[in-house]
Amino acid sequence: MSDESRTPVALAGLRADDPRLEPSARNPHVVEAVIAGLMVVGTLCTAGFGAAFWVNAKPWILGATLGGGLLFLGLGLIAWGKYLMPRGPFVEERHPLANDEAEREGLASVLVDRGASVIRRRPLLGGLLGGGMGIFGIVALFPLLRSLGPLPKGTLFHTDWRKGSYLVDQTGRRIHEGDLAVGSIVTVFPEGTENTDRGQAVDQTVLIRLSNENYVTQKGRATWGPKGYVAYSKLCTHLGCPVGLYEQQLQLLVCPCHQSMFNVTDGAMPTFGPAPRPLPQLPLYIDGEGYLRAQADYDQPVGPGFWERGRS
Amino acid sequence: MSDVAGAATTKRARRNGAGRYGRLGQVVNELDDRLGVAKGGRTFLDKIFPDHWSFMLGEIALYSFLVLLVTGIFLTLYYVPSSAVVTYHGPYLPLDGQRVTQAFESTVNLSFSVRAGLLMRQMHHWACDIFVGALVVHMARVFFTGAFRKPRELNWTIGVTLLTLAIANGFLGYSLPDDLVSGTGIRIAYSILLSIPLVGTYLAFWVFGGNFPGTAIIPRFFILHVLIIPLVILGLVGAHLALLVRQKHTQFPGPGREENNVVGSPMFPVFMAKTTGYLFGVSGVIALLGAFAQINPIWQFGPYDASRISYAVQPDFYMGFLDGALRIFPAWSFMGFGHTIPLEVTIPAVILPGLLFGLAYAWPALERRVTGDHAIHHLLDRPSWRPKRTAAGVAALALLSALFIASSTDVIANFFHVSLNTVLWAMRVIVVLSPFVAYPITYKICKELQGVHGAGKRKTPNLVLRTDEGEYVAEPTPAYPEDVHQELEPTPVPTFIEEAGVEAEAATPGVRIVER
Repeated sequence: MSDESRTPVALAGLRADDPRLEPSARNPHVVEAVIAGLMVVGTLCTAGFGAAFWVNAKPWILGATLGGGLLFLGLGLIAWGKYLMPRGPFVEERHPLANDEAEREGLASVLVDRGASVIRRRPLLGGLLGGGMGIFGIVALFPLLRSLGPLPKGTLFHTDWRKGSYLVDQTGRRIHEGDLAVGSIVTVFPEGTENTDRGQAVDQTVLIRLSNENYVTQKGRATWGPKGYVAYSKLCTHLGCPVGLYEQQLQLLVCPCHQSMFNVTDGAMPTFGPAPRPLPQLPLYIDGEGYLRAQADYDQPVGPGFWERGRS
Repeated sequence: MSDVAGAATTKRARRNGAGRYGRLGQVVNELDDRLGVAKGGRTFLDKIFPDHWSFMLGEIALYSFLVLLVTGIFLTLYYVPSSAVVTYHGPYLPLDGQRVTQAFESTVNLSFSVRAGLLMRQMHHWACDIFVGALVVHMARVFFTGAFRKPRELNWTIGVTLLTLAIANGFLGYSLPDDLVSGTGIRIAYSILLSIPLVGTYLAFWVFGGNFPGTAIIPRFFILHVLIIPLVILGLVGAHLALLVRQKHTQFPGPGREENNVVGSPMFPVFMAKTTGYLFGVSGVIALLGAFAQINPIWQFGPYDASRISYAVQPDFYMGFLDGALRIFPAWSFMGFGHTIPLEVTIPAVILPGLLFGLAYAWPALERRVTGDHAIHHLLDRPSWRPKRTAAGVAALALLSALFIASSTDVIANFFHVSLNTVLWAMRVIVVLSPFVAYPITYKICKELQGVHGAGKRKTPNLVLRTDEGEYVAEPTPAYPEDVHQELEPTPVPTFIEEAGVEAEAATPGVRIVER
């Protein structure tokens, strides 16, 4: 123990009749009774919560008793502090945080002078340490990032649709040319992917029957819509939500996320909303047995845009 | 003083202390012998908290965060962070036999089969919404009263970081049940990452461990949500409060309230009672919300299937401004030089929030530069005294509110039976105009308030008198008696209280000399 700690010190006090120690309530006894009531209700609710938990009551009973218990006890405590405890006001001094000039210079000179003298004497070691730490930082950062996942490479440019892929619905049943009435719509996948994450996330395609005749949605797609069947990627070109709503009267596919609309009679050109590109169309054909199949993969990446996507 | 005498004095003092203050005095002595806590502890218990309602907004945030921690720990005991597919068989019959992920199954099970599980889940979700909301309101209070000024810029920076982390962690937690709505949210997040020029595809693949959806995302989001981000938040909350104690509170100017003091209630017992009551109150309200206000009924949405979508795709409220921005931004994709920049995503979802939060971070420095005010401030501004700052803040809030409203274009169109196109264009106009309309109006109101005598106080009627010469003069009547300030002179917190009638030990009343 140092000598200073043994020096007698003066503690400040107030006389008990000081007005600043009085409660702020005009009728403390009434307030005390009210608070007591709140606390009794709170305690009863809390006990009720225990009982409700014990008998495994419905969730709303659990919540009501727990919430009521906490709320009433809390209100009581707040009221006690606000109305019955010394009303003050009390004050404390605020001393400046800043030290005097000498202290500041002391710290600055330790950092600058002492540090600089060490570096100045051994510049080689300083440079080596800095360089080593810098390289360590880079080395630590990049392999760490790299181990998080594979490089994208070409995976964003292709789906699992191949030449001759059968169109199947979510249960894996192949779609036959007679399955859909004009105006109907179904979500299809390349056969074998209908239950895979990637099939559901990337390959999902909407198949719509627009007429009984061969349907041409755009120039250069003469053979893509046999017997009125047209297929578009179901991934919105805005943010990749499934374009899950079909407005049959207007022949629009609508994305429920941000209301992009695509005209299915016109190559799924966007007619409204934030989507910038048409939905890619899947070229179809009907094989000898009457099953719908893909002529090839999509001719462009499906879904939202990204840096490497290119022009198409 | 010799060592022997010193030891004797200490012993005597200890005995005296133990005698006067009983067991607790003994505990204090023992603690102080080992840790030296007497002086610091008393300073802490004497800390003054200003009595103003607006200072409790941060407390709402703090206490809803505590509720998040407690309910969150409960939830981790039952939640399984796995994308493995299982067949659901459980008490919720409509889902029976469906193929769901373990994440979804465990969330449904903890809602229906674990005692109080549903209550805890709903409390957790409500506490999150209240946490973010309270942070925003607290931040607005700090902004509009100028509490961020020197020396508190660092604490403002910590606060903005806390808001960012709270929003991020809220989104991660919202994603964990792997239901249809949250899964769609994750997909949108993935597409937003993809949209970043140059590095977007790499970022998206590294965050998701490959192409969307993969199986890495649920465990990764889980560990971020329950451990890493909460730890950072906890550390920053600690730093926020430590700085608050070190720098002491700001206060509104008033009688006896100066730059070099703090007037209010002491930590012990007044503030401690109020704030503990407040903790109970906030938790109680959250529990009642969890009991009576259903939130995120994932069993109704069903499990996530990337090829399905729900009509009711809505994020939590704190993501609303982003969703609104994505809805109303035009389809301006940049394509050229062999590359695509999806500006229709990058601008509203990356650049806009980046600018808004960047502006929030930079504001204290910007204001210092513009006003040239490098002085230390402990007394707060009334918002009307700083019309430009207030107008800028209101403009930002107006923009955010307009974007938030824009996130329900479809609901508005449906409700008012107007075309979606009309609503979209109306929202575009409103969003662009809102800050430019809000700024001058707020500025004008502030200027008017400055000119009003006794603004913010209750009006007293004017008495119009006619002089003998026929001249009319208006005189304000005296203030209402209850409006007249009757506050007593502030006094330092008393260490001890002398019972009336008991003879004071010391020569001077109100002072006690103790040996240490």
